[in-house]
Amino acid sequence: MAALAGNPAPTKVAGLPADPRPLRIALIGNPNSGKTSLFNQLTGLNQKVGNFPGVTVDRKTGVAQLTATQRAEIIDLPGTYSLYPKSLDEKVITDLLYDKAADNYPDFVVVTVDANNLRRSLLLFTQLGDLGLPAVLALNMMDVAERHGVNIDLPALERELGVPIIPMNARKGIGVAALKIVMAQRLDAPPVRFWEPDEKLLPLVRQIRYYFDLHNDYLALHYAQQYRQISFLTAEEKTHIQELTQQAGFDATAAQAAETIGRYGRINEILLETVTVVRTEKREPVSNRIDKVLTHRVGGYLIFLAILFLLFQAIFAWAQYPMDWIDQGISGLSAVIQDNFSGPLVRLLTEGVLAGLGGVLVFIPQIALLFGFLAVLEETGYMARVTFLMDKLMRPFGLSGKSVVPLISGLACAVPAIMGARVIESWKDRMITIFVTPLMSCSARIPVYTVLVALVVPDRAAWGIFNLRGVALMSLYLLGLFSALGSAWALKKLLKARERSYFIMEFPVYQWPRWKNVALTIYQKVSAFVLQAGRVIVAISVLLWVLASYGPGQQQATAEAQVRQAATARGWNSAETSRQVASARLETSYAGKFGHVLEPAIRPLGYDWKIGIALLTSFAAREVFVGTISTIYSVGQDADMGTLQQKLSAEKDANGQPFFTPARAFSLLVFYVFAMQCMSTLAVTYRETKSWKWPLAQLVYMTGLAYAAAFVVYQVLA
Amino acid sequence: MRDLRVGETGTVCCLEDPEMALKLLEMGCVPGVQVRLSGRAPLGDPLMLVLGDQEYTLSVRASEAATILLKE
Repeated sequence: MAALAGNPAPTKVAGLPADPRPLRIALIGNPNSGKTSLFNQLTGLNQKVGNFPGVTVDRKTGVAQLTATQRAEIIDLPGTYSLYPKSLDEKVITDLLYDKAADNYPDFVVVTVDANNLRRSLLLFTQLGDLGLPAVLALNMMDVAERHGVNIDLPALERELGVPIIPMNARKGIGVAALKIVMAQRLDAPPVRFWEPDEKLLPLVRQIRYYFDLHNDYLALHYAQQYRQISFLTAEEKTHIQELTQQAGFDATAAQAAETIGRYGRINEILLETVTVVRTEKREPVSNRIDKVLTHRVGGYLIFLAILFLLFQAIFAWAQYPMDWIDQGISGLSAVIQDNFSGPLVRLLTEGVLAGLGGVLVFIPQIALLFGFLAVLEETGYMARVTFLMDKLMRPFGLSGKSVVPLISGLACAVPAIMGARVIESWKDRMITIFVTPLMSCSARIPVYTVLVALVVPDRAAWGIFNLRGVALMSLYLLGLFSALGSAWALKKLLKARERSYFIMEFPVYQWPRWKNVALTIYQKVSAFVLQAGRVIVAISVLLWVLASYGPGQQQATAEAQVRQAATARGWNSAETSRQVASARLETSYAGKFGHVLEPAIRPLGYDWKIGIALLTSFAAREVFVGTISTIYSVGQDADMGTLQQKLSAEKDANGQPFFTPARAFSLLVFYVFAMQCMSTLAVTYRETKSWKWPLAQLVYMTGLAYAAAFVVYQVLA
Repeated sequence: MRDLRVGETGTVCCLEDPEMALKLLEMGCVPGVQVRLSGRAPLGDPLMLVLGDQEYTLSVRASEAATILLKE
């Protein structure tokens, strides 16, 4: 096996006890080099993702079964072009690779390299090699390279680079088996050095190296370059390096430029020996021809709009069928249980747990479709073109083209969207994007929108082709979008830029989406949602049921007795009596008390204490709203009362008119468009901005906006 | 770079702005490499550059591209 040439790696001896710790391997490479595909190939479903519902986290880890007996922990690092981080995402890499003593320090790295872009990919590889990290080179996209007439002399390249090279096609899984065999060995650091710091820098480099007891000069140079950002250095250590660099008159920018040019020089020498390119066709690559259409002056935007339209169609029309099945299934189950059993536990199960669970499960079709759609757009490389198309449009609002992806992902969930803003290098652009993203209507608002719109907007055609409900939904989304843009514009005026904004980005080559990756993304997002958001929602539903079913002291009993007296006096029939009793009991329950406390504040918006309860509980997560109202309105009602829709329509105000008038429903809808009601978003904003200032500002601004807007809507319509 | 029209090709001579240069260098925009202005976004900005004979495409804003100087 050629891949092992020049690398005498000690193999494990059979029969010895297994290592106390499995191998730890980091996966690193340029963006679009097929790193994610390889990670999925190696680990399959054995992946761990973060703590938030629906997240692509800093460090994805997974377990790979290398041989029958040996497993390895794989860390998937964010894509990067060099070891000099430009964005927050990339800083994860240097933090991991600089500190040999760290717990997570990898035993070796697998560098994914695009065979079509060898020159540029090898820049990162040579930096890793010079840090002294043992490495394997996964030479990816060999099939495309061969088609393009790129011939690579593998044994020669292996000799020059001093590491095993595995030619592969990660998308199809070709070469993965060979890679696993090499990974199962304990590798040594490559013997080759590609670049040395200039003589003039050596005194400074050596001072740092000996002070920190580092294992080579190049790592010391990185300390000199990046000490400010290295998280594990203490303040004194940073000051010490700062003094040293000042004494030496170290020019970080010039040194880094010299290094990059020096490395390219060496890489060119290597490639001259090992790679020949025979261009078989002179035609423009297919990707460029597709770009002519997709980034066309007019056509480009039309296609983008069409894709967005398709996305909405999918979420609102196609998802409706499975959602109805889930909804009916849950209420059917609930009815069956209530018909056959009775008692407080059964009521807890049907009115508390099942009602809450229904509110979670009904989400799944929409979340799956949305994340699936976004994953396909990302996989094909179209997202990068969207960025390109939108940059000029976004800049007047203080956003960049790169803000478009977080904003669109915000339609799914603000939490991963805000984390996605990490790719924006400029501090100001990034802060603005993070601040306004929660204004985009996320999928958690969908159930609120759907329920309320269906309640007051007739299911009728409008202007021939549109459905009136669809128009109403679309308007809510546009309201969210325009408020996000307006807020961004205002924030742009308020914030001072810390550094310049960049927009240099590589266009990935168009390719068919890897359905396995798409499926994996959907699976991860949905299970994260069900397990994490779902737990909170079900817990709140149960708590709410208890609060709505029991009250302080004898108040509930007293209220019930009063109602029963009134019933006999006025001769109500038994159905009316039990409805009035339930209502009186709820009003005197703990939840009713909370709602009443809140009522004066929300009456100008048209809400009563029941909605007050829902607002309180949905502060933690807005999707709880639907669960809450379905719990509140089902307390005391028969489960065979039917779907939530029917329960809400049956709700009457003091005058016996339907409670949910258009004014009330639209006021609530507008409130939910703007209000910041998501603990996870606030938490992720705090984490991403490292300051409470931003989440607090979001909370105050958005909730204030919501209150003001809902007030105006109710007062105008009522 | 400023004077290049869509479809025209030039050779990178040097990079004017040191800070921007670091980013461009990493992305493979090194002195001596061929660069072709293959297109503009519909609103005129950003630009689409095709680099080298390995044919990969970068997207840069016009103001950023202006810091790339070409050989005559």
